[in-house]
Amino acid sequence: MTTLAKSADDARRVLATMWTIRRFEEAVDEMFARGLLYGTMHLSIGQEASATGACLALRDDDVITSTHRGHGHCIAKGADLGRMMAELLARDNGYCRGRGGSMHIADVTKGNLGANGIVAGGIPIAVGAALAHKLQGSDKVALSFFGDGATSEGAFHESVNLAAIWDLPVVFVCENNHYGMSMSVTEVSRLERVAERAAGYGIPGVTVDGNDVDAVHKAAAEAVAHARSGQGPTLVEAVTYRWKGHSKSDQNLYRTREEIDSWRARDPIERFEQVVLKAKTLSEDELKQVRDQARDAVRDAVRAGQTGPPPSPDLLAGVYAPSEVDALSGGEAR
Amino acid sequence: MTATGTEVETMTFAEAIRAALSHEMEADERVFVLGEDIGIYGGAFGVTTGMLERFGAERIRDTPIAEEAIVGAAVGAAMCGMRPVAEMQFSDFTAHAMDQLVNQAAKVYFMLGGATSVPLVLRLPFGSGTGAAAQHSQSQEAWYAHTPGLKVVMPSNPADAKGLLLAAIRDPNPVVFMEHKLLYRSASGPVPAGADPIQLGVAAVPREGRDLTIVATGIMVSRALAAAEELAESRIEATVVDPRTLKPLDEATILERVRATGRALLVQEAPRTAGFTAEISARIAESDTLYHLLAPVRRLSGLDAPIPYNPDLEKASVPQVPDIVQAARALMEDG
Repeated sequence: MTTLAKSADDARRVLATMWTIRRFEEAVDEMFARGLLYGTMHLSIGQEASATGACLALRDDDVITSTHRGHGHCIAKGADLGRMMAELLARDNGYCRGRGGSMHIADVTKGNLGANGIVAGGIPIAVGAALAHKLQGSDKVALSFFGDGATSEGAFHESVNLAAIWDLPVVFVCENNHYGMSMSVTEVSRLERVAERAAGYGIPGVTVDGNDVDAVHKAAAEAVAHARSGQGPTLVEAVTYRWKGHSKSDQNLYRTREEIDSWRARDPIERFEQVVLKAKTLSEDELKQVRDQARDAVRDAVRAGQTGPPPSPDLLAGVYAPSEVDALSGGEAR
Repeated sequence: MTATGTEVETMTFAEAIRAALSHEMEADERVFVLGEDIGIYGGAFGVTTGMLERFGAERIRDTPIAEEAIVGAAVGAAMCGMRPVAEMQFSDFTAHAMDQLVNQAAKVYFMLGGATSVPLVLRLPFGSGTGAAAQHSQSQEAWYAHTPGLKVVMPSNPADAKGLLLAAIRDPNPVVFMEHKLLYRSASGPVPAGADPIQLGVAAVPREGRDLTIVATGIMVSRALAAAEELAESRIEATVVDPRTLKPLDEATILERVRATGRALLVQEAPRTAGFTAEISARIAESDTLYHLLAPVRRLSGLDAPIPYNPDLEKASVPQVPDIVQAARALMEDG
């Protein structure tokens, strides 16, 4: 039984986040196609429920680590859309001052320790964040997003084990979208479910429908409560699907049109809207209003990005933080 | 103990590192230590002996054998307000942790546009001379110095070990702190009491001489000083420069001392090709110091080979005192 759909505030918030992610990434996709964006990007269209449901279970002062497919996590954790778009457009008002791009957006003030260009790279960092929380006597929780591909990395195994033996307040959220680039998850492991790996570390593991925002939220909320109360980590597997290719070069040679269509029919946003309508929590008009607001917010963000100043060319000044114990700090003679 | 550091105490290199760690842990509750066997065992080289009893298991954290998670946890903790000091049992094991060190720690400040930095220290026992062979004996400072975003510190004596580690822990950037294993017990000397850091980026000149300048790093500093004593017997007077920190590098002091003598002998334990002394050589060649040279720059390095097990071969693969003496004499004959 769904819960978020029963409250107008929750439903509006969930839909606003999911629509904002969708519209933001559609805008990014279109700008790439028109040659307005540089580099590469990884879209999470179709996966909006996992980012939204998981982040909704967190407090503002909890932290996340994200992935190369991180726009959704950023938005769900409260990032400023204008600064995100400015970063994609490589401007000085971007989150990374134009030095990071899509794969490195972070907002430490909102508890987002960063997207990451290295598969599984954020997982040990989330464990370290949770360790800091524990040592500081705080009840903050760290949540690490990663894909099915990351579960083949040593960093995943080392990190989950370390968090387990130290009972660290961390939640591991595997967004299983079935493919690590082109490699099917069924070919990289003998296990049926990624969550089964939890047993190997003596922690709870749960698999949920990653396109059901309620199911993701419920599992994440339980894992967060478990972590916050000092009982250690949980591995949550959210089974989902990316509609778009891995990145802009993907020709979808490893999957069929039928498979993609079958998942498009399980659109997490449309699905939640139906539940909300059925529960009569919000009207059609109210849903349209949420969609329009998301569209307008993304339009404003594109404008903020496009009108942003060019980045500072003084790259050497940005490599090291200023130091009082370094005689050459700030100098060029390194 | 005084805060001015005028009092001194004789201690070994390992004790000096422990003194710096202990001081910072007393003074700053954000500082904690993590690594393999650093608790009851006291670390593979005894550096953290007694610290578990003093600071408890929360702040002296024994870890599983999982170098990537150790460094990654240090990165995450550093980004969330802590000042972790992580120990690799042997510097060679950093190979397991290179993603977190090179792709994460080193790049976060730049890649995130300065939004946050990663104040961590990675302590690395390195170098040959213990019979531990090729996977436990390397000198990999050039790996780290070649990575923008990392600072690289290599003390050669107990006083510098303490003062530089105090600075490394207080620096807001990731610092690779390289400790030659042979120094832990064999190097003993006066160490200032108190907690004055030694600024990073300031070379030391432990000996002045008119004829040639030996720039040596790590354990090669004491060997260069011993060689200089021997050379003095035949009236060859050597200046010895110890950069102390490879990144930042006190280029000014090195170039000034090379200009003053007109001869440069660069000594490192690491293999020759693309080693750190190649960088120093290049800086001499790129500057007007070149016009002051009476002879071409000479480098004395470890062989371009893995460190062997056999004790005679092991010694022969890295510079020893007679090698430095011989290279200095040859340099004098060059011009």
